[in-house]
Amino acid sequence: MDWEAIIRNAVIAGLSREAVVFAIAAVGLNVHFGYTGLLNFGQVGFMAISAYGVGISITQYNAPPWLAFIIGLLAAVLLALLLGVPTLRLRADYLAIVTIAASEIIRLVFRSVALRNWSGGSNGINGFADGFYVWNPFEPTEQYGFGWFKVFGNQAYIILVGWTLAILVTVLVWLLMRSPWGRVLKSIREDEDAARALGKNAYWYKMQSLILGGVIGGLAGIVLSVGQSTVQPDSYSPPVTFFIWTALILGGVGRVWSPIVGAIIFWTLLSLSDNILDGLVDTGIIPAAVTAGTRGGSVRFMIVGLGLALLMIFRPQGIFGDRNEMMLEDR
Amino acid sequence: MTTTSPLAGIEASPGIAKPDPILVVDDMVKRFGGLKAVDVGHLEIQRGAITALIGPNGAGKTTFFNLLTGFDRPDSGSVVFDGRPLGTRLSPNRLAREGMVRTFQLTKSLTRLSVLENMKLGPSGQRGEGFLSAMVRPLWIDQERAIERRAEGVLARFRLDQMRDEFAGTLSGGQRKLLEMARALMTDPRLVMLDEPTAGVNPALTQSLLEHVIALRDEGMTVIFVEHDMDVVQTISDWVVVMAEGEIIAEAPPAEIGTNPRVIDAYLGARHDTPLSLEEEEEVLELVEQEVERLAEEQPDATPDQDEEEAL
Repeated sequence: MDWEAIIRNAVIAGLSREAVVFAIAAVGLNVHFGYTGLLNFGQVGFMAISAYGVGISITQYNAPPWLAFIIGLLAAVLLALLLGVPTLRLRADYLAIVTIAASEIIRLVFRSVALRNWSGGSNGINGFADGFYVWNPFEPTEQYGFGWFKVFGNQAYIILVGWTLAILVTVLVWLLMRSPWGRVLKSIREDEDAARALGKNAYWYKMQSLILGGVIGGLAGIVLSVGQSTVQPDSYSPPVTFFIWTALILGGVGRVWSPIVGAIIFWTLLSLSDNILDGLVDTGIIPAAVTAGTRGGSVRFMIVGLGLALLMIFRPQGIFGDRNEMMLEDR
Repeated sequence: MTTTSPLAGIEASPGIAKPDPILVVDDMVKRFGGLKAVDVGHLEIQRGAITALIGPNGAGKTTFFNLLTGFDRPDSGSVVFDGRPLGTRLSPNRLAREGMVRTFQLTKSLTRLSVLENMKLGPSGQRGEGFLSAMVRPLWIDQERAIERRAEGVLARFRLDQMRDEFAGTLSGGQRKLLEMARALMTDPRLVMLDEPTAGVNPALTQSLLEHVIALRDEGMTVIFVEHDMDVVQTISDWVVVMAEGEIIAEAPPAEIGTNPRVIDAYLGARHDTPLSLEEEEEVLELVEQEVERLAEEQPDATPDQDEEEAL
């Protein structure tokens, strides 16, 4: 087995475009779940609505990229309001149901045949991203990086911008969560009625949290679509939400840096399991039938799933979490 | 205490007017389906006094509390707090900012916040609680430090100061009650409503809790509390309001409440001293008979008492 290649691929996967998209989306989810206790099972819906907001405003209305970017984020604000107004006065599980349904509705509407001329149907929207690459300082045909970590120019650009954004939103969340505003969110997570009895408008704070985390999710969607130079409806399917949850829980819920570290580890593990599996098949340790055809992908997820199950047993608080804090029960 | 109390000499009858009421409730009704959980015609709560709200289980005390604090919505009724009518669609957060704060029967300590953070959550009007200003620390840090100093003072008074950096979830049940009360004080309330403050608290802590309640009154706050322990009611309250089946059936100073026939009826049943009618007597006999048979089946080895067999 070529361990150097395996590790190289794992590092590249951990810092890849996909990883940074997950990291940003998980920062948003952390605002929802980690700090406010909101169960958002449709984070991918926020990603989709913002990506389509950007794509449609450029291809249909010739909006300049900066304006399209703002429209994309405003679309996420609107979605948060739409989801939050009817559900945030109710118990937490209502939001969970509504968000998971809404994210599928969004995907199915945008990929529908009826709206093909507007949102591109199942082909998605192409040829909108050029405007975002005019600031690309790298040559698309050149490779950039250090040592054996090298990627082509366009990807280097997206990775650079993406991780910069990921760090910016993380710092933003850190600033907010050390403030009294963040304290109110955490009190709502612990007990909404207690917060209300102390004069805090829990509904409005939950709405702010839903909007903030949703806009951060939308940002992730824009990075993804610009990075791929296309908005593909099926890039925004429900499993994405659950992988983002996985990354968040892996890092540790309610910790500032955990979404970023969780996303990096998640993608590193996926790549490692994939490459090691291939290596074991090549060296004949595992029969080739195990990974034949499309089975390899499934086996890989089984291994990652097993790893996650073990993590939940031995370190349920995630990488950064505090087990004692997690085990505090309500009396 | 009763001789100097402003409540001295007030007639002990339900709905009676008080010299200086901070809270006036009129025609408050709450139904759950066909059940009238709360039906309060008129109630005034004296400012600067400790009023106990007592009553048998299911009397509607906690529901009444929830209605007053906006956690439940009455079907009808009006509340005037400190001279200002509050309307019927009350929200808990607004009422808390008006100066009416409550605690809960099942303590709501914010488990994964530190004791100090619990306390600092109390004050209203914090600049750092706005989304935009929260990001700019210089805008709120002075206020935050002032709140922290105040919180430390209150914690010291409630003897929780050594626990300030611990998670609230690590406190004992009694300490949580103290923390909840201390946290409520951080809102600068004029009216403090305590739902069973001593439930599940050990006797030593109960004593200090009650001293704190008396101290609140001596500082000019008004206290209403729901309580089951009659000793506690007798010790600290200036006035007692009794609820049964949703209605206020009696009001009196604590010394007189035990002799009120309606109160005795409410707690012990209306017919506790009247003889049983013939039908009721037969009903009771039937029940006894069934019980004896059941016991006999459960213990087949034990031979039933011969006399009892004959008697039945």
